[in-house]
Amino acid sequence: MFNVRRARALGLAAGVLFSVSALAVDITGAGATFPYPIYAKWADAYKKQTGVGMNYQSIGSGGGIKQITAKTVQFGASDMPMKPDELEKYGLMQFPAIMGGDVIVYNVKGVPPGAITLTGSQIADIYLGKIKKWNDAAIAKQNPGVKLPDQAISVVHRSDGSGTTFIFVNYLSKVSDEWKAKVGEGTSVAWPTGVGGKGNEGVASYVQRIDGAIGYVEYAYAKQNKLAVAKMVNRDNQVVAAGEDTFKAAAAGADWTKAPGMYLVLTDQAGKSSWPMTGASFILMHKQQEKADIAKEVLKFFDWAFQNGDAMASELDYVPMPDNVVALIKAAWKQQIKDGAGKPVY
Amino acid sequence: MSAVPGLPANYDIAISVPRNGVTPPGRTGGGRWKDQAFEWLTRLFALLVFSILGAILVSLVAGSMVSLERYGVAFLWSDEWDPVKEQFGALVPIFGTLLTSFIALAIGVPVSFGIALFLTELSPTWLKRPLGTAIELLAAIPSIIYGMWGLFVFAPLFQAYVQPHLIATLGAVPGLARLFEGPPLGIGMLTAGLILSIMVIPFITAVMRDVFELVPPMLKESAYALGGTTWEVVWRVVLPYTKVGVVGGVMLGLGRALGETMAVTFVIGNAHRLSASLMAPGNSIASALANEFTEAVGDSYFAALIELGLILFAITTVVLAASKLLLSRLARREGTRT
Repeated sequence: MFNVRRARALGLAAGVLFSVSALAVDITGAGATFPYPIYAKWADAYKKQTGVGMNYQSIGSGGGIKQITAKTVQFGASDMPMKPDELEKYGLMQFPAIMGGDVIVYNVKGVPPGAITLTGSQIADIYLGKIKKWNDAAIAKQNPGVKLPDQAISVVHRSDGSGTTFIFVNYLSKVSDEWKAKVGEGTSVAWPTGVGGKGNEGVASYVQRIDGAIGYVEYAYAKQNKLAVAKMVNRDNQVVAAGEDTFKAAAAGADWTKAPGMYLVLTDQAGKSSWPMTGASFILMHKQQEKADIAKEVLKFFDWAFQNGDAMASELDYVPMPDNVVALIKAAWKQQIKDGAGKPVY
Repeated sequence: MSAVPGLPANYDIAISVPRNGVTPPGRTGGGRWKDQAFEWLTRLFALLVFSILGAILVSLVAGSMVSLERYGVAFLWSDEWDPVKEQFGALVPIFGTLLTSFIALAIGVPVSFGIALFLTELSPTWLKRPLGTAIELLAAIPSIIYGMWGLFVFAPLFQAYVQPHLIATLGAVPGLARLFEGPPLGIGMLTAGLILSIMVIPFITAVMRDVFELVPPMLKESAYALGGTTWEVVWRVVLPYTKVGVVGGVMLGLGRALGETMAVTFVIGNAHRLSASLMAPGNSIASALANEFTEAVGDSYFAALIELGLILFAITTVVLAASKLLLSRLARREGTRT
């Protein structure tokens, strides 16, 4: 009896395995953790519609780049765009798939959420350890009417390498020459001061606990956890609050056509309502595709996501790519991703 | 094997287990190949340990080659860690690893000794079992739980109630001032050490209790009969009798403390800066790896992280070797004293 049952179970399992592998044109990708929730959501909806699964492993941007150069996955994902010469070196092309942004969160007694406005250079000076107190003259001048306490600023940053950090330090490098010279930009940097929290949740918990703390987290995380977010002064000297509209404004103002290899970071963009710390997450693919049919499936998936995925993205507080950028991306696919015979894959 | 007095001369008693090639009397064929197969199987398992160890070492060295060539020995004492300029040095994580483990043992060993002592010598019988089980349960808690508890529960309390007092009292003592200066952040080297001590206590305690229980009651009873106090019995009889096991337990705890990753990452503050203050945030090798491995872009960065792993491997080996040396020294001194 037992044996019969077991044999049946085995047979069933084998049947399931077989039927899956018969269908399987599953796409695999690996990389950045920041876009994982939306890629997973898209994959789920796509599978329901088409039967084609997308398996995305959020192992981090560094891992994504390693995996795609080793060709163990069909696409890699990175929050930090690769420089054009690096792309050339590995025979890769990249395109942005989804956007988000960083916000400054703080914990100052007696100052309500959203009451503080900071400029980029002030944030840079805080993270350089030059502005040490909340009632610093520069901050006070920027925030008339806000009662700022005579309290030390505790700087909190990410301890793990992350795309969130890249957007943040890329922005600081653009607005502060001293930051650019002393620290520079990358997914992790040598922080001049402060403590490091692991992940958005680590930074958020430090900020919430330490009196007088300042930190930066991804917008979606701050929104979902109702953290006190600061307003910022953008490139056009306008005070803006973080939100889908200001992120979209930053993306719309950007000129992707003039960015070779689509190397463009959306921080510090011009435009009256542009949020200064906006960023995109990128997909990396090989230009020369040995298995053209699988590459085609990958592009089909992202094409579908660009067409149908906007609402899902907004739901998760991501910002979908604007239509004009999507048109550019599709043109780049046609132009750059080729099969063995040199014909466009998609 | 020898003739035993009182028994017929031709009657042998096998005292030891038959070695290779020696067939026990009365056994033929069938059992023998099984014995040999079993011996080879166990030998294979034992060799597997060596080969895995060797493979780890080889892959660590191979993986860190880029960093070994680029930074050389200076890697060990450079305190710079700058992924942007690709300048790396291991001093801060090495220091953090050793300091937090030291704090953990400094607190963990005496407490574990006390618990084990209470359990074996002083505890009423009805309490032994629940207490022992509780300690074993503590050992089974995954480290991430300790980390989250440390971050969300322990650190805020520590920051609000303990650190201000430490800074006010010990921070004012000349000589200690440098160890206890800085703002009370709740997280940092001391917090990491304290969390680690809680994590190593169940390990050390469990081993100590087990070896204390191995002391023959006759020895202890004789000591008590000579008028020894509980302390004297433990210090003069139990501890010398079990010292190999005790040191082994401490080493087990130290091994856990050196390599602990998640719990430390949560509470150490993750700052690549050298600071004399125990209150300050620091970094350990394991937490640097946990934090930075996934996003390490570039060959040097990646290799530098692997080299950190190699250093941790070396530290563990040195610690283990030192403990063996310590034990053999103890044994030699014992020989000369009596």
